[in-house]
Amino acid sequence: MTKPVTLTINGIQVEAPPGTLIVDAAKKVGFDIPVFCYHPKMEPVGMCRECLVEIGRPVIDRATGEAVLEEDGSPKIQFGSKLELACATPVSPGMVVLGKSDNAKAGRDDILEFLLTSHPLDCPICDKGGECPLQDLTMAWGPGVSRFLYEEKQHLAKRYPLGELIMLDRERCIQCGRCVRFQDIFADDRVIGFSQRGRSLEIVSYSEPGFDSYWSGNTTDICPVGALTTMDFRFGARPWELRLAASICSQCAVGCNLALNVRREVVTGGDWVVKRVMPRQNEEVNEIWICDKGRFGHHYAEQGPKRLEQPLVRKNGELQPASWDEALDLIAERFGSAGAGLFTLAGSRLANEDLFNLDQLTRRLGGKTGLYTHMGGGKLTTQVGLTPGSNFKDLGGGGENEPPDAVLVVGCDLEEEAPVWWLLLRQAAKRGAAVIALNPRATKLDRDARFSLRYPFGSAAAAVLAMTSSLSQKPHDLPESIQDLSRNPDLKAAAKAFAEARNALVIFGSEGMGLAESAALAQACANLLLTTGHTGKPNNGLLGAWPRANEQGAWELGWEADANLLEHLSQAEALYIVAADPVNDDAAFQSAFGSDKFVVVQDLYLSQTARLADVVLPVQSWIEREGSYTSGGRRVQRFYPAIQSTTAMPPKTEAPGVRRASVLTGSVPELQGPQADFAIPSLIAERLQMDGLNHSSAAAVFAQIGETVPVFAGLTYQKLAEVHEQWPIVGRADMYYGGTLYENTQGLGVQLELARTGAPAQPQPAWSQVEDFRLPKLGLMAFPVTRLYDQGSTLMHTELLHQRIGESFVVLNGFDAARLKISHGGKARITFNTSAQSVIVQVRLDAALPERVVLVPRSFGLSIDAPTPVEVRPAG
Amino acid sequence: MAENEHVLLRHREIPDLDNLVVYREHNGFKAFEKAVTQMQPAEVTEEVKASGLRGRGGAGFPTGLKWSLIDAKSWPHYVVANADESEPGTFKDREIMEGNPYQFLEGVAICAYAIQAHAAYIYLRGEFWQIAVKLDGQIAAMEAAGLLGQNLFGADYSLKIFTHLGAGAYICGEESAMLESLEGKLGMPRLRPPFPPSFGLYGKPTVVNNVETLANVPPIIERGANWYRTNGTEKSPGTKIFSLSGCVNKPGNYELPLGTTFRHLIFECGGGIPEGRSIKAIMAAGASSSLITANDQALDTPMDYESVPSVGGQLGSASVIIIDDSISIPWLINKTVHFFRHESCGKCTPCREGTYWMSHLTERIVKRTAKTEDVALLYDVASQMRGKCLCALGEFSIEAVRSGIDRFRSDFDLTVGASVVSADQEKLTKDE
Amino acid sequence: MLERKYLAEKYAQEIQAILEKYPSDRRQSAVMPLLYLAQRDKMYVSREDILEIGEILGITSTEVASLIGFYTLYYDQPKGVYRIQVCVDLPCALRGAEKFLTELCDRLGIQPGETTPDGLIAIEPVMCLAACDKAPMFQVQSGAGLTYHENQTVENALSLIEQLRRDAAGRRVAGHERGRDANG
Ligand SMILES: Cc1cc2nc3c(=O)[nH]c(=O)nc-3n(C[C@H](O)[C@H](O)[C@H](O)COP(=O)(O)O)c2cc1C
Ligand code: SF4
Ligand code: FES
Repeated sequence: MTKPVTLTINGIQVEAPPGTLIVDAAKKVGFDIPVFCYHPKMEPVGMCRECLVEIGRPVIDRATGEAVLEEDGSPKIQFGSKLELACATPVSPGMVVLGKSDNAKAGRDDILEFLLTSHPLDCPICDKGGECPLQDLTMAWGPGVSRFLYEEKQHLAKRYPLGELIMLDRERCIQCGRCVRFQDIFADDRVIGFSQRGRSLEIVSYSEPGFDSYWSGNTTDICPVGALTTMDFRFGARPWELRLAASICSQCAVGCNLALNVRREVVTGGDWVVKRVMPRQNEEVNEIWICDKGRFGHHYAEQGPKRLEQPLVRKNGELQPASWDEALDLIAERFGSAGAGLFTLAGSRLANEDLFNLDQLTRRLGGKTGLYTHMGGGKLTTQVGLTPGSNFKDLGGGGENEPPDAVLVVGCDLEEEAPVWWLLLRQAAKRGAAVIALNPRATKLDRDARFSLRYPFGSAAAAVLAMTSSLSQKPHDLPESIQDLSRNPDLKAAAKAFAEARNALVIFGSEGMGLAESAALAQACANLLLTTGHTGKPNNGLLGAWPRANEQGAWELGWEADANLLEHLSQAEALYIVAADPVNDDAAFQSAFGSDKFVVVQDLYLSQTARLADVVLPVQSWIEREGSYTSGGRRVQRFYPAIQSTTAMPPKTEAPGVRRASVLTGSVPELQGPQADFAIPSLIAERLQMDGLNHSSAAAVFAQIGETVPVFAGLTYQKLAEVHEQWPIVGRADMYYGGTLYENTQGLGVQLELARTGAPAQPQPAWSQVEDFRLPKLGLMAFPVTRLYDQGSTLMHTELLHQRIGESFVVLNGFDAARLKISHGGKARITFNTSAQSVIVQVRLDAALPERVVLVPRSFGLSIDAPTPVEVRPAG
Repeated sequence: MAENEHVLLRHREIPDLDNLVVYREHNGFKAFEKAVTQMQPAEVTEEVKASGLRGRGGAGFPTGLKWSLIDAKSWPHYVVANADESEPGTFKDREIMEGNPYQFLEGVAICAYAIQAHAAYIYLRGEFWQIAVKLDGQIAAMEAAGLLGQNLFGADYSLKIFTHLGAGAYICGEESAMLESLEGKLGMPRLRPPFPPSFGLYGKPTVVNNVETLANVPPIIERGANWYRTNGTEKSPGTKIFSLSGCVNKPGNYELPLGTTFRHLIFECGGGIPEGRSIKAIMAAGASSSLITANDQALDTPMDYESVPSVGGQLGSASVIIIDDSISIPWLINKTVHFFRHESCGKCTPCREGTYWMSHLTERIVKRTAKTEDVALLYDVASQMRGKCLCALGEFSIEAVRSGIDRFRSDFDLTVGASVVSADQEKLTKDE
Repeated sequence: MLERKYLAEKYAQEIQAILEKYPSDRRQSAVMPLLYLAQRDKMYVSREDILEIGEILGITSTEVASLIGFYTLYYDQPKGVYRIQVCVDLPCALRGAEKFLTELCDRLGIQPGETTPDGLIAIEPVMCLAACDKAPMFQVQSGAGLTYHENQTVENALSLIEQLRRDAAGRRVAGHERGRDANG
């Protein structure tokens, strides 16, 4: 550690590490220097000039190198002739900063007045009004009257859509450039920029669609005025009407911390409504950023006409409304008689509490469980995954004589599969971490990767094997398909960098892979980590870029992906399908739903699978209830109820206190409306006279998990809710410093210890298991890929994103496109040889794809769960 | 120095000096050859340091010192010649490049050798299109003659020179904005430090020098620092090209030793003020200057970096604009403010907003719709910008305004709030 | 994926020469010369040009297009085949440049900043062009580049304009025939 620098700010002595900027150091003595262009996550640019302070420095005698002293023995301080920028000046020993002197204040007032000459006076209708740094500073010290003639004000476009997600008000823009810099530094999408100059300087976007980036929403948080607003929230509410619920994003495995802003609205009959989704600071997970899917994709969880409101029971061949009692009695009876014939299939958007109770119920009945996912290998992540104390922010260049950290990303289009991990990795790469992108095609990560390596489609595991093998004295026999790659000197260099790294991580995804292939990949990755000693310590290990928020949690709780799903579904006597819609994903599953089978589906919406069920149970969405998710980084985090699922309450006409009255009279009020996923298995258990399953609260279930599941040992909701001070300080009253995003006061979560199941994990001598995958000599092979914006059931409820999601498409390589005479944007009929599924879709070309390869995006209306031979023909 | 012995404007005596053969006949590229074959890079820098040459782009920063600051830990190094010449009243670099281009190119080459750069860029304002076309031809001629390329003069040194055209933005003359522009971005100044010698083009150590500065280098290397110091003053050695314009009989470039008086330039060289009018004010550094009251003391002031400030001005790039007594100062500052408002890049608040606000005020003043308080407000706004801008453009934009109001207050009284327009006042807004 | 490769086909060699000026990992530097190239034919940069330049250099269209607004010599709209840009900055104004501009415009029957009815000649006041000792002066910007015209009188300027009109007519005929070839 370098020695801290001591200086005085406003007469208070402070210590700060060398290199700290005055503006940050001043925070530590509680002095908020106003800034507009500076943002604590970005290098200073000195544009707005608002942060002016007086700076004095000790006078040093040139001859002696000693400080010159005043008569009273104190060091002589020399002040500069000009005010200086607190945002761009690092602290130095003995420095004296005067932030509150008349001179400094006058300087900042001057700048404020300049900013206001051009700023419109529309605070009463501005979305930022009430949480606007410019407004606050003006209130605090701004001039009461304008010396500027109103007619001479520059009038600019008030409504300039930068695309269909973000609106720009050019009059409000104060040209601080935070948005432009964010898009450059963090998003690496330079799709907005400044054009014109002088007073006409303005933000523009020329991309198609406008502001084409997965990160656009963040600019509205850090915009220090109301110039950038989201179309979702614009004119939606005033900030002071909003209440906040801490939450966790339900869209992917990163586990970004969210703040859901809610208020009660007349249009919903006084019900609570989520008005906007904001990031909540967690420096160990998402820092202060979220992707646009997380920001805009919550609408599926809202109440709406399509949500299931009450249980449905099949009568005379039709699903008909029924009471919970009726439904639960029926289920208890049928599950009870099925016993070991019960098969429970769960999706991994379910919370830990839900999965735990489902597992408990099924196990006690002697039934089987299966996790519904297209990605395998999770068991390994519980053994060689991240450990407590891990943080992407720590990844970087290492110390003086230390090798840099390394991160291998394999079989994964990271920005599409786990966006915020991509964002954090980009920063790690800038700090010097060696990012190795090992993929079958180019991805955005390549831009920041030290090594960008390609393996042939289908050979992900073999490629990692080749890396491991290159480190070994005795190289292994490698499959044919990978021979070329294994001779690539970059592969060897990458393997060496990985092996020698101070810390090393592997993130694996499911690019072009199904369950079996991704499981093999995970094993190969685990082998690499184990042979290079990169497990069992912080910032080392294996991470899965899981498709859903709590997939890691499911694996930690003992759930496993089901490799023989169709068989299990078909053989079962009773099916309990929760948060999964296999029939929609693949029509082939329909065959498993015979008439003699008792099927219960528990979901938010009447899914394709639910339509085949005997009983359908409505559940509360993640914003309506409490629970916890375990992120891909193995951090268990709580989410809180943001809105009440009103129908779950007794009918509104009843007076408050009815519940208590019924307790007094001993009668239990009838269960109404959607219930939490964890509560339902417990209610079934109750009817089966089974005890030990809890449904009173998520906290109680979680406490039980803490008692039952070893890796969760000792964890409680209280622990998950603990916070400590984070740097930078954002989200407090001085919103100009970090923007309007929220401080974390409700919990940073807890990272799990590694599972110690029996013997410690060993490299599996899995060479032989790695298939020598070859593309067919003739015909095309389709590989599934993940797109952040898909047509999946969660996202389609967000109309705002429909334009970005677009129609169903496949990506074709240039050779076959030319051969088939299909051009970019044209239509083609694609026929899956195995399932005989045949659809007409749009074709996009990627000239860099190898011959015979077709990419099929998941959740885009085409069923694909693993590489599949296909036929493509031009259509229309 | 004899009046007509030019160091930089030698083409005025030597016809066809823009022809490589002619230039070589007059000792051309001897200095470059000497540097590469007989001197260590550091020796070249030392010689330039010893000559006392100061940057001719405006700031007068010692050239040799700048070269010696180049960061030797980071590579490659670059030279960027500043041929943006956009300061109103400045037209000297253009004459050098048109008339004596090889001396400038030789200076670029010597500078590149001194800092061991293997690529040099000449950033020309877009309007110098024709000059760029000619320079490209001259660079090609140098390549053909073995004066650029690999293993120059048989030594282990290679160099390439490229031209790059700007596209109409005064701010790109500011060195860090120029580097941004050369990188293909908006020409907005960078926050400094770091300065170009440590973080320049593409983030690499870079020397940025003005065309005239570089044109001084070959004679320094050829004839030595001591010879160079025989012209000019102790602290401002050498000759300087003064671009004389405005209300003067013979406007044009005059190469004179630094320290020559204004009087000499204006009356001996420039032939005095037309139509027997008298001189009212001098702007010594183009539109960026403050207005020097043209009294005897000022006229007898030597034009060098130290003396001009003593009469409340700056030498800058020595673009001397003469203002005679027919000119209204409010009209004049409206012109300069309009220029700065047009050219402000908009990156920093005080300049972006201040020049905009000032231009509204000066506009009102010349249109005579202003109130008396508006002059005070104008002065206030200018003072409010002072010392707060990110780069010197904003700081320069207030020089004429403040000095104009300070020194020519009565002109404003005639213009502001006047209800009767006299013939006299009509004349004060000449050309409107 | 861009279908049209207009610049790349038409100016392949020039583009190559431009790119060679800059380090291969700093292609963005070539954006300004490429914008001039795009302007050569029609005196403005089209949306397609912006996309294509972005592709050639591996930068976004926003990065390309934002320069057009910042630098005054690039245009995103057609306006005149020749732009006559009269310097009316301080030193030139002290030597009668503003009067020159007004008179020239009067003779052409347009206002400063406007284009003649035939759509050929735009007259614009501009900032200092580094020819202060030779006022009145202007430059003529066309796709082919820029030329200076110094120590001007209104008569001189008008005869130059006539010459430019004749040139344009010649070019149009030639261009028309080329166009027919290309389409035929
Ligand atoms: C607004 C502004 C415009 C400038 N324009 C020019 C210019 O046109 N030519 C020039 O050589 N220097 C110009 N400079 C000065 C340059 O920033 C830089 O100091 C100079 O090129 C350094 O070269 P020198 O040391 O040889 O003078 C300008 C500075 C500012 C602030
Ligand atoms: S002073 Fe003017 S030109 Fe310089 S950075 Fe600020 S706005 Fe740009
Ligand atoms: S200049 Fe310091 S915060 Fe903007």
